[in-house]
Amino acid sequence: MHRLLAHAFALLAALLVLSPATAQLRVEITGVGSNQFPVSVANFRRDGEIPQPVDEIIRADLQRSGRFRMIDPGATPLAETAAVSFAEFKSRGADALVVGSVARLADGRYDLRFRLYDTVKQTQLDALSYVSSAAELRLNAHRIADRIFEKLTGERGVFATRIAYVVQLAKASFELHIADSDGANQQAALRSREPIMSPSWSADGSRLAYVSFETGKPVVYAHTVTTGERRVVANFLGSNSAPSWAPDGKRLAVVLTRDGLSQIYLINVDGSGLQRLTRSAGIDTEPVFSPDGRFIYFTSDRGGGPQIYRMNADGSSVARVTFSGDYNVSPRISPDGRLLAYVGRRGGRFQVHTLDLATNQETALTETALDESPSFAPNGRMLLYATEVGRRGILASVSVDGRVRARLSGPSGDVREPTWGPFIK
Amino acid sequence: MTTNRLMRLAACAAAALLLAACASTPLEEQPAAPVTDASAGAPGSKPGTADPRAVASVDATSRGLDPLTDPASPLSKRSVYFDFDSFVVKPEFQGTVEAHGKFLVANPGRRVTIEGNADERGSREYNLALGQKRAEAVKSRLRLLGVAESQMETVSFGEEKPVATGADEASWAQNRRADLNYK
Repeated sequence: MHRLLAHAFALLAALLVLSPATAQLRVEITGVGSNQFPVSVANFRRDGEIPQPVDEIIRADLQRSGRFRMIDPGATPLAETAAVSFAEFKSRGADALVVGSVARLADGRYDLRFRLYDTVKQTQLDALSYVSSAAELRLNAHRIADRIFEKLTGERGVFATRIAYVVQLAKASFELHIADSDGANQQAALRSREPIMSPSWSADGSRLAYVSFETGKPVVYAHTVTTGERRVVANFLGSNSAPSWAPDGKRLAVVLTRDGLSQIYLINVDGSGLQRLTRSAGIDTEPVFSPDGRFIYFTSDRGGGPQIYRMNADGSSVARVTFSGDYNVSPRISPDGRLLAYVGRRGGRFQVHTLDLATNQETALTETALDESPSFAPNGRMLLYATEVGRRGILASVSVDGRVRARLSGPSGDVREPTWGPFIK
Repeated sequence: MTTNRLMRLAACAAAALLLAACASTPLEEQPAAPVTDASAGAPGSKPGTADPRAVASVDATSRGLDPLTDPASPLSKRSVYFDFDSFVVKPEFQGTVEAHGKFLVANPGRRVTIEGNADERGSREYNLALGQKRAEAVKSRLRLLGVAESQMETVSFGEEKPVATGADEASWAQNRRADLNYK
């Protein structure tokens, strides 16, 4: 256990002294899980000036997932061509070993190669070469981490996916960002002097819906990421908010106050076909579709305080889902439909929880006090959420067993409302 | 002549005050009452009686002032504060709401936007809805006081536009608020 902690801190220390160009990448391991697969990622051989610490990106990805125990590979770089002593790595406790290299080619591109070994069976599990521009080097490191994850766990990796979040940079400066899954490489999809809220990815990852106050009131937009083309989805009397895409990408659930208090409606992406789904005397908000599109989970205070409810996608058969605590909000459903994540207030602290929908077992995943906006990774193995450190909003990830938490440090500013994008084809 | 003018001014001022104060009284009762009360309420104002050297003092400093901008007016209070996760207008703010209700009834040309806000804790979307519910709670009180629907609009900023940025109850309490914003 102590050794594990020592490794975790060694990694943390290593990441904190990165060059300014890579300072966006900061991982803090605040817990250590059991039943983790022991893997060692050697330092990659570098040939020429390499703009990204690819080996560190791979290590940080694997570690953040909570599925791996990182074994110290030693300081010596090991290229994919190196003769490897399996026994040495086996004796260090590593059941798998990653070696590789990155070289700057004459045409200015980069050749990134890796090899994954099973040190027990002494066999190669995977090997690949990626030739790319400097801009794609980081993405290719994430792709390698995805391949390693899949080979060793049998499940699909999420490191090459993207996230979206909102950042407030000054009193009248808000941006909607899209970044790599580790929070690095962020780009602004929208800048505004007024608040931006509730980004939501379409199932194919091509569009984001969100709420923008740019006209002085909350209005729902749909935004095509590659072109920046935007269209108003809902701009009715009162407030328009909480967009959530139906899996078919044609309709959204939204929350409108046009008929009084916040209620849930269904609307086509072009703004047509408005249909009211809930009719309560209180607040109904934060709708989210189940992955199969059959159900909508949402927050309602119809029973007094805010709790999470479920209804059929046509608004029928409403049933309460959460029963512990007097404040449960921001439901998100796992890709397999089995786990519900939400923010629950317990003893005055707002923390990310999951509820196993089959067993009704509730698990608290965090130890912070002002958590918001949980969002499942597309493989369901991790959650991204917003929390606060020193009065500044930051993004954090937690493995779905709650054992490994990592802090993503995006841009300077007050970061909030992360939402994890889908797998990219 | 001067005295007469002053007295008329006094009567007008008192009548105006009373009109404002009794704005929710049914219309047919209004004309008679203020005049009677005005002469009774202004000391030494009865002409030709008692001390001929008496001086009737009239305060006209507030004349021409918009009562909304007069710091002495109850209308200068524009905010209603709420408890955590609550949209109940507490007794200590009912006076503020009533003052605005009377003003709006007396001034049917004035329009007000009621802006709901929430503290930073919990869900941003729930807080947006809660801010809306707070604004609606104030609106329904104003409606009960006789304010026309067309004079009122509600909007919520949720937790997006805090006036206090501290992470303590004092700051949070300031942000759990509905503001009456006149156009």
